[in-house]
Amino acid sequence: MAFRLLSLALMLVAWFVGAQLTGPRMLPDPQSVALMVVSEAQSGALAFNLGATLLRVVVAFLLAMALGSVMGLLMGRYQIADWLGDPWLVVLLNLPALVIIVLAYVWAGLTETAAIVAVALNKLPIATVTVREGARSLDRGLDEMAEVFRMSPWVRLRHVVLPQLAPYLAAAARSGLSLVWKIVLIVELLGRPNGVGFEIGTAFQLFDVTRILAYALAFVAVMLVIETFLVQPIERHVTRWRPRTA
Amino acid sequence: MSPVGDLGRLEVSVKHKAFSAATGGTLRVIDGLTFSLGKGEVGALVGPSGCGKTTLLRIIAGLDRDYEGNVGLPDHGRLGMVFQEPRLLPWRTLEQNVRLAAPDATDADLDALFGTLGLSAHRHHYPGELSLGLARRVALARAFAVHPDLLLLDEPFVSLDDALAMRLRDELAELVTRRPVTTLLVTHNVEEAIALADRLFLLSPSPARVIAELPIERPRSPRSPEELAALRGAIARKLKGAQ
Repeated sequence: MAFRLLSLALMLVAWFVGAQLTGPRMLPDPQSVALMVVSEAQSGALAFNLGATLLRVVVAFLLAMALGSVMGLLMGRYQIADWLGDPWLVVLLNLPALVIIVLAYVWAGLTETAAIVAVALNKLPIATVTVREGARSLDRGLDEMAEVFRMSPWVRLRHVVLPQLAPYLAAAARSGLSLVWKIVLIVELLGRPNGVGFEIGTAFQLFDVTRILAYALAFVAVMLVIETFLVQPIERHVTRWRPRTA
Repeated sequence: MSPVGDLGRLEVSVKHKAFSAATGGTLRVIDGLTFSLGKGEVGALVGPSGCGKTTLLRIIAGLDRDYEGNVGLPDHGRLGMVFQEPRLLPWRTLEQNVRLAAPDATDADLDALFGTLGLSAHRHHYPGELSLGLARRVALARAFAVHPDLLLLDEPFVSLDDALAMRLRDELAELVTRRPVTTLLVTHNVEEAIALADRLFLLSPSPARVIAELPIERPRSPRSPEELAALRGAIARKLKGAQ
């Protein structure tokens, strides 16, 4: 903990020194960014834009994780699903994010649905590939045990399959959350009238580096809170059975 | 599903079972193997390692359907099985492991089972915190908790030290005496088979078939060394005569 704080303090010092060397136009110092955060918070714009972005992140993330888990599980367990799904996966994996976003806006208009679908489609193949890897490594022995004891499909999914997939789901969620929020910003920049991405786009046109940093850092803080108070406790809960290596 | 056996008997007739070898060609593992086991009896399939015993057990359990022949399970065909490895869910406690397999088991039932098998103190432990001997007991408790019509045991005491294997064998004998259940035990250990079974089925080396059936008088009771030696001699003669 002490080292983490020390490292953070060093980052602030480097920022401060950098700001003195380059001047406030290129890199404003930490306190002016902090003041900008406070004034945006007081006007209510900060909460509004952070909320809009967060909502998009959450919806797109849940959509991609849910679909990706189901597809990954099917593709990992059934050869035919893998043959059918794999070409789609390769295409989606190699399509640049920007192409998916532009096409979604062209085909569905500059709408909220288009924005969220575009983000989810960018995340979907990665979640699918990760979960498929997990489904391929499921323990045959436990499967047979569940079959001999005639466990119901629900019990098998909940108590036999999902716990084995948990590390893969956690990995997909971890990498997914940060990827999704980066893509949401691009989607907002290109075609939404609000959100962190929209604010940063406006600030870019005005060359307002202070505002860019204020919004970016505020959202990073939000994601840090989510990681600490949501993702990590869930992870601790699902791995509680592992003997601790103290 | 397998047809139900007559009068609650286990009827097994596997005409042919082969695996395709990695190098091409096929490997016959079972050839014309037939036996039947009465309700409430404990049968032991005894044969050399690698003679196809586990394959046979998997066929009876319905895990391998790629064979010629048929298997008639006793009564409703409810199975309890103890695999060679414990096969517990590491992310569930002992009690949850048993309850997930046997959702209808009553609290009193589980208390008694855990008591007999010396597991009462470990109910809320996770399998990763247990020794192999304890994990094996949980697998036994799980198999008994479902009140099976047929109990299948695949070398349940393999890779335990002799003293522990002996103690678990006695506990199993006690359980089978207390709550009779048609049981099929697979083992390469003649002592184990004599100590537990009503009836031995001696298997040939691969491809497996039954070469002799040997009823055991006064099953699961103490035996004098002379009696044991006589039994062992009879088994050895039959095994030799078949070759």
